[in-house]
Amino acid sequence: MADDMTGGVPVATVARVGVTLTVNGADYRLDLDSRVTLLDALRDRLGMTGTKKGCDQGACGACTVMVDGKRVLSCLTLAAQCEGKDVTTIEGLAADGVLHAMQEAFVRHDAFQCGYCTSGQIMSAVCLLAEGRAGSDDAIRQFMSGNLCRCGAYGNIVAAIREVRDAGGHDA
Amino acid sequence: MGASVLRPDGALKVSGEFAYSSDLWLDGMLWGATLRSPHPSAWIRSIDIGPALAMPGVYAVLTHEDVPGEKFYGLENKDQPVLAIDQVRYQGEPVALVAADHPETARRAADAIVVTYGEREAVTDPRVALERRMLVRHQPVRVGSTFSADVVVTGEYEVGMQDQAFLGPESGLAVPAEDGGVDLYIATQWLHVDQGQVAPCLGLPPEKVRLTLAGVGGAFGAREDLSMQIHASMLALRTGKPVKMVYGREESFFGHVHRHPAWMRYEHGATLDGRLVYVKAEILLDGGAYTSSSPAVVGNAASLGVGPYEVDNVHIDAYGTFTNNPPCGAMRGFGAVQACYAYESQMDRLAAACGLTPVEIRIRNAVSQGSRLATGQVVDTPAPLAEMLRDLDAMPLPESVSRDLRDLPGGVGQTTHGDGVRRGVGYGVGIKNICFSEGFDDYSTARVRVELLGGEPHVLVHTAAAEVGQGLVIIQAQIARTELGIDHVTVAPADTQVGSSGSSSASRQSYVTGGAVKTACEAVRERIEKDGRPLEVILQDGPIEETREYRHRRTFPMDPVTGQGDSHTQLALCVHRAVVDVDVELGLVKVVELAAVQDVGKILNPLALEGQIHGGTAQGLGLALMEEIQVRDGKVLNPSFTDYLIPTILDMPPMQLKILENPDPNAPYGLRGAGEPPTLSSTPAIAAAVRNATGLPLSRVPIRPQDIALA
Repeated sequence: MADDMTGGVPVATVARVGVTLTVNGADYRLDLDSRVTLLDALRDRLGMTGTKKGCDQGACGACTVMVDGKRVLSCLTLAAQCEGKDVTTIEGLAADGVLHAMQEAFVRHDAFQCGYCTSGQIMSAVCLLAEGRAGSDDAIRQFMSGNLCRCGAYGNIVAAIREVRDAGGHDA
Repeated sequence: MGASVLRPDGALKVSGEFAYSSDLWLDGMLWGATLRSPHPSAWIRSIDIGPALAMPGVYAVLTHEDVPGEKFYGLENKDQPVLAIDQVRYQGEPVALVAADHPETARRAADAIVVTYGEREAVTDPRVALERRMLVRHQPVRVGSTFSADVVVTGEYEVGMQDQAFLGPESGLAVPAEDGGVDLYIATQWLHVDQGQVAPCLGLPPEKVRLTLAGVGGAFGAREDLSMQIHASMLALRTGKPVKMVYGREESFFGHVHRHPAWMRYEHGATLDGRLVYVKAEILLDGGAYTSSSPAVVGNAASLGVGPYEVDNVHIDAYGTFTNNPPCGAMRGFGAVQACYAYESQMDRLAAACGLTPVEIRIRNAVSQGSRLATGQVVDTPAPLAEMLRDLDAMPLPESVSRDLRDLPGGVGQTTHGDGVRRGVGYGVGIKNICFSEGFDDYSTARVRVELLGGEPHVLVHTAAAEVGQGLVIIQAQIARTELGIDHVTVAPADTQVGSSGSSSASRQSYVTGGAVKTACEAVRERIEKDGRPLEVILQDGPIEETREYRHRRTFPMDPVTGQGDSHTQLALCVHRAVVDVDVELGLVKVVELAAVQDVGKILNPLALEGQIHGGTAQGLGLALMEEIQVRDGKVLNPSFTDYLIPTILDMPPMQLKILENPDPNAPYGLRGAGEPPTLSSTPAIAAAVRNATGLPLSRVPIRPQDIALA
């Protein structure tokens, strides 16, 4: 009875994989259920809770991180796929305790209210500038449209990104 | 005060260090999961927890038999079972709980519980519920006796069920304490009302249920009712271990109440020159399976059902029904939002019938200071609605339809080349009560302490008021700095170790908790002034601490037959103009611009205030064009962000704002609550603009593409 009701596959027997994740410059050796997402590995195994789970379905963008310089949705990425890749999370943006220009701009422009989407917004925004797609407000909106903000701080998010772009810290 | 001081929690939020309730972690903690009913209405024949208990890693499986204290809870009426007892009344109702050493194990164990249901008739049409008098409240409003006029317009309107859709799902951590109590770290809007509901169900005195506010990932009303508070505490007390519960997005759609869907029939009578003679309305709000805050929602819809207009004859019946649909309760602007969509739609019909512009008809009937509302309550503070409408009308309009294909409705995925795209402009006006109404004893408590730290005076402000993103922490600090003239101000974490601050809802915290902090600071200042010595010298004797409660003006219940009564303490106005482009062939709408004028009495923090207006406007846009929980036969069809759409950064256009400061002498600093009013007026403004572009009646929101393309 019990076996039938658990869907036939007890958790403990699922294939496990050894993965080395490089997160914010440090290596972490993990033994994981092969189905564990990068998001859950970051949050539940490494205790890096700065990356947020909003929908676990790739629809909200709260879990956006950088993998080898590109923004990815960590809820749709298996941790096992990230072997040998550089993962940067919101915790890795500040250098020596100094906030990244984008983090500072988000504070200055009040580009959040509850802040739950903010990690993902900032990771997306940093990548957007690196992608060279922030040429106009319209472009910023277009290429930030995968990151939902329910508090509706969108206008201030555009302003923050525009300011960092104009300060020329990154190519745009 | 009045400056755009940055929020102190900002650096933590941008660096990922702010601890939201879902981020909490204790070594050795267990994970909780909830088994919910798949049926909107059924008897429970049996529950077999054996298979779940037998699974390795499972520590506890609980049903209603395990609820240690009272079996029912609720905000206004204790009618909701902690766990279902013998029957379920909506899809998603909690039936059993599991604690396990891994979240996946907990979920699988919940699935392994065998519940035998006997399905029965589900009442899911609120009109049937009304016929059967399954009512949570009926509130009439009766004024005057003239119900005929030269110009009469009628309309039937519908509002779909909106979700608050905060991005941080329900979550919390319950830790069993040595004294037999529990410490609960939780994202909520009102710690003390949670405590007051949790403790009796646990069979504990309130002092043994200690709550601390964890980081809140948005609220918008959805955290007014309990979600996992009692459940996690029960599991923690049973297992003797800390228990964390985190809902996934799908579960979140079942784990909190929604905005009441509404069915409204309106009749407006006016003179030939467009002056209102009478308003008749029937407003039906479906509250779903349990009471939640439906009585207050019905009260708002009734008392504000004609909007901010002068009219001598009113006949309103507002009803809240019980059905087997998902429970509905608080969401930003509740009750007033639904009515606003209908009465503003009516004002546009009336304008057309009288040959007036939408702005003229509204100015002609606008309330002002001294006007009498439908409840008989006199607007005794500034209410410059006509001036606000003139200001709004004077704002420049955006350029005509863009020739850039990327700017057309549908964006880069569009198929039009500009043919079939029509521009429309619409206006909306809303009036919202600020703070709790209808005689509720609405207060907040603040403890303010001044002490020497490192030889310098520091202020510690301690309240139980929930920062949900609105900027309350910085407002409290600004008030303390202003009142005491001391730069070093810390706002302590909100918890139940200080008196209640009431709810972070009804746009009330700047007013009531702001008032409490101000009053406590004044008491501290009085002691300092009385002492006469320099502050640094006084503080060498020890800290100065004062705790004060603050209440707004008393309000009164609405008469149950006539609806008359001074039921509100403060009223706030917001007006919107929407400009849209509509692809009439595909039914796609692009909101090109939104402009708003709002009177806030006194600006405390411009940056935070503008954020509230932007955010409220965006949620109104969502209701106008995309947001609806689709319920068929009591079952939710779209519990995900893939299928329940909320506005993206592309959907939300730039805004022009004009903010007025006509003080309310009854309120601290003359301020008016600001978070909700924009949520009211943006929806009808956008709907009106789409009507203006298409010529279609469009009597239902959200307006779906097929409502336009297939009309």
